[in-house]
Amino acid sequence: MTEQPRLAPRSPAGGRVGESVQRPDAVLKVKGDFPYSSDLQVEGMLWGATVRSPHPYARIISIDTAEALTSPGVKAVLTHEDVPGRKVYGLEIPDQPVLAIDTVRYWGEAVALVAAEHPEQARRAAAKVHVDYLVLVPLTDPEGALTPDAPALHEGGNITRHVRIRHGVQGPRAHMVVTGEYEIGMQDQAPLGPESGLAIPDGVGGVDLYIATQWLHIDRDQLAEILALPPDRVRLTMAGIGGAFGAREDLSMQAHACMLALRTGRPVKIAYSRPESFVGHVHRHPGRLHYEHGATREGKLVYVKARILLDGGAYASSSTAVIANACCFAVGPYECPNATIDGWVVYTNNPPCGAMRGFGSVQNCYAHEAQMDKLSAALGMDPIELRIRNAMKTGSSMITGQVVEGPVPVADLLRRVRDVPLPRANASNPIDLTEMPGGVSNTTHGEAVKRGVGYAVGFKNIGYSEGFNDYSTARVRLSVVEGRPRVEVHTAGAEVGQGLVTVQAQIAGTELGVSEVVVLDADTTVGSAGSSSASRQTYITGGAVKAACEAVRERVLGLAQSELGGHDGQGLRFEENAILSADGTVVVSLATLLGDEVIEETREFRPRPTARLDPETGQSNAHLQYAFAAHRAVVDVDTELGLVKVVELATAQDVGKAINPQAVEGQLEGGAAQGLGLAVMEEIQVKDGVIRNASFTDYLLPTILDMPPLRMQILELGDPHSPYGLKGVGEPPTISSGPAIIAAIRAATGRPLSRVPVRPHDIVDTSLQS
Amino acid sequence: MKIACTVNGRSRTVDGVWEGESLLSVLRDRMQLPGSKNACEQGECGSCSVYMDGVLVCACLVLGGQANGRTIVTIEGLTTGDTLHAVQQAFVEAGAVQCGFCTPGLVVATHDLLARVPEPSVMQIREALAGNICRCTGYAKIIDAVQLAAQRIAVDERIAR
Repeated sequence: MTEQPRLAPRSPAGGRVGESVQRPDAVLKVKGDFPYSSDLQVEGMLWGATVRSPHPYARIISIDTAEALTSPGVKAVLTHEDVPGRKVYGLEIPDQPVLAIDTVRYWGEAVALVAAEHPEQARRAAAKVHVDYLVLVPLTDPEGALTPDAPALHEGGNITRHVRIRHGVQGPRAHMVVTGEYEIGMQDQAPLGPESGLAIPDGVGGVDLYIATQWLHIDRDQLAEILALPPDRVRLTMAGIGGAFGAREDLSMQAHACMLALRTGRPVKIAYSRPESFVGHVHRHPGRLHYEHGATREGKLVYVKARILLDGGAYASSSTAVIANACCFAVGPYECPNATIDGWVVYTNNPPCGAMRGFGSVQNCYAHEAQMDKLSAALGMDPIELRIRNAMKTGSSMITGQVVEGPVPVADLLRRVRDVPLPRANASNPIDLTEMPGGVSNTTHGEAVKRGVGYAVGFKNIGYSEGFNDYSTARVRLSVVEGRPRVEVHTAGAEVGQGLVTVQAQIAGTELGVSEVVVLDADTTVGSAGSSSASRQTYITGGAVKAACEAVRERVLGLAQSELGGHDGQGLRFEENAILSADGTVVVSLATLLGDEVIEETREFRPRPTARLDPETGQSNAHLQYAFAAHRAVVDVDTELGLVKVVELATAQDVGKAINPQAVEGQLEGGAAQGLGLAVMEEIQVKDGVIRNASFTDYLLPTILDMPPLRMQILELGDPHSPYGLKGVGEPPTISSGPAIIAAIRAATGRPLSRVPVRPHDIVDTSLQS
Repeated sequence: MKIACTVNGRSRTVDGVWEGESLLSVLRDRMQLPGSKNACEQGECGSCSVYMDGVLVCACLVLGGQANGRTIVTIEGLTTGDTLHAVQQAFVEAGAVQCGFCTPGLVVATHDLLARVPEPSVMQIREALAGNICRCTGYAKIIDAVQLAAQRIAVDERIAR
């Protein structure tokens, strides 16, 4: 038995569905006692370091590891030749080398690995791996990647996927037509915990990996192929995670740590620095979007034509699903009888892009909401009124032909954010400088500061789409411990900070009526839970926990009937650690009934299936559930310096059922902050394929000074198909918050602002300067 | 290099520290105090906030050698036995913790703020915590937590008087 690292002790949680239950891990976290993946250590552990490409595109002529191998403390140096099994991986298309083989396709691509006794020895040895490159001209313009004379970066060319949606009549005429070009910069998820993990060889050829990830089983399956091991020889356990937001869907250091551990026979830890993290995970796709909206005199949409181009960078990651979302949700949550949408995601030599919160629905929201504002201005209509006139309702058809069921409160959400009282103007005397754009930097006393108000609404799919086999597995065990009934819930669902651990305990507590629920460590000894992405875990893993609890309950009732006799089981309920009859009297306490009996059930939960988009028309029932949110933004803009102060955000969102209201609020607040970031400050700046700002000094993240108060209205309208009527919550806040801010800056400045993030020189009218 | 300092009330000595090593590395890797977090290691995110001689610093920006002879208090030093400090308790209750990677730094920075400004305005809270990045919460519940902690500390002090 090899030594295991210290993981977080599992504290019991309680509470019921609908209560604001405290996180069972919160006490450890506020004490600094919660072990994150970057904190793990065991005796005799080595440190891994990664040799990375300094070029965005080059052929590898040779790799010389001799000097690194003889460096102090070094135990192994590995290249692609040392990959035991499949040398490439990928979520959808296995196109990314574990270690570069003969070509590097992006700046920072992993080329070789070093393991040494001390992290600094590993880093220094990595610098002594000599790679001879033939530098090539990188393909960095996604438009260029579409042209026939562009170099093909992968077999089969540079188009990762082309999505076509043809809905209704093609080429109709309309009274009013508005067009626009929009550009979205590359956003980083910037989870605070950099990629890290610890691989421990089991001494008989297998490996245990302690890792911060979003989906243990897809990591496990990819690792088994890369390591040429049967899946049961690669065991993964979730370690403490410092956020994710899509950044941990792909493999980063997982295979590297396992390869080094298996080669050296010693535990190996890899922990990225922040600069390495910027090249260690995929980013949000930058996009260029061309839109044409046609509408009647009364403001009803006649058609939308859109051309969407996303830069997928060097490898596919989840690009094919991201472009599908960008196209399916291209017109926003509006009724649009006719649509012509073409979306491409292409390979370039830019950093690879993939999943980030909002997943394709963020880029298009900037475009469709700007178009709705343009249309309302052209028609002389109020922007909210125009949106309400076109708002989707229950039974409306998507541009994919799918009929949207259940509550579709688009018009209601818009009215609600419109009707929130506006914040007061910053007009105190003397003026409060801290509330001004630029704050205490004392850049303005209010002259040339203009206020603007803007609106946006957005939506996206919850759960996997397009026929993906979406399911989760839960094992629930009921026993009596020290005289009290206790439930253990075991799933592989990744707690990424969102509160899945709390939700699972609340569901088990509700279904089995017990006060003590322990959610065990997520690992691969239980079936897959799918990914903590697509806002799906409360729905899907929550559904699995509920199903397993129902199975346990049925067995308990069976036991009660045979033990107690006579009772038909009708109207019995589980509450207060006991079985109660319909009139609320205790029939038997669970502890008495169970005695030494242990009741354990495992269930899979599968939501309704979805279907692939038709490749010619994009028509299909491709999505499981739709979630909607609207935002209003109020901004103050210093029109001379181009500084923006977001004064307030207001939002309304239908969450179906708030399983944990406090956690729901946290999702709305945190999601809005990430939307604000993309709107006004966050961008990975890539020049000639090279990231110029791979640090938190140069990549700007919203601070507590940047994030304004958020006025929230949380609706619980109940989805007829989901457990407890819940809807996924995490992503909608990130979709429409940014576009509302941009609309507000447009309103304040009159500038077109077709590109995000908005920079000072986009706001300041430089044509007025001599 | 040998460093001797007082950490969380205990005398600590570590040997073999590299000249270029940060106080953060010394705490995390040599003193088994991993509560201070390493999110940016450039002094931008505040996740490694600690006290050095009573002054709030980013441990990543302090050389290990500079800590010699000094008194350091880390997040691990704010808890008395099993009892959470009022700031820690408020962060738990207000829902100010999601992934929690920023939490140790924010708790230490809030502890420092409330020692200087017992009843901070929202803008004073924002200014004081502007050096601490949180990627999960959007900060609203952090402001709630600071206000809750301030109220409780004020009540406790009134009772003590």
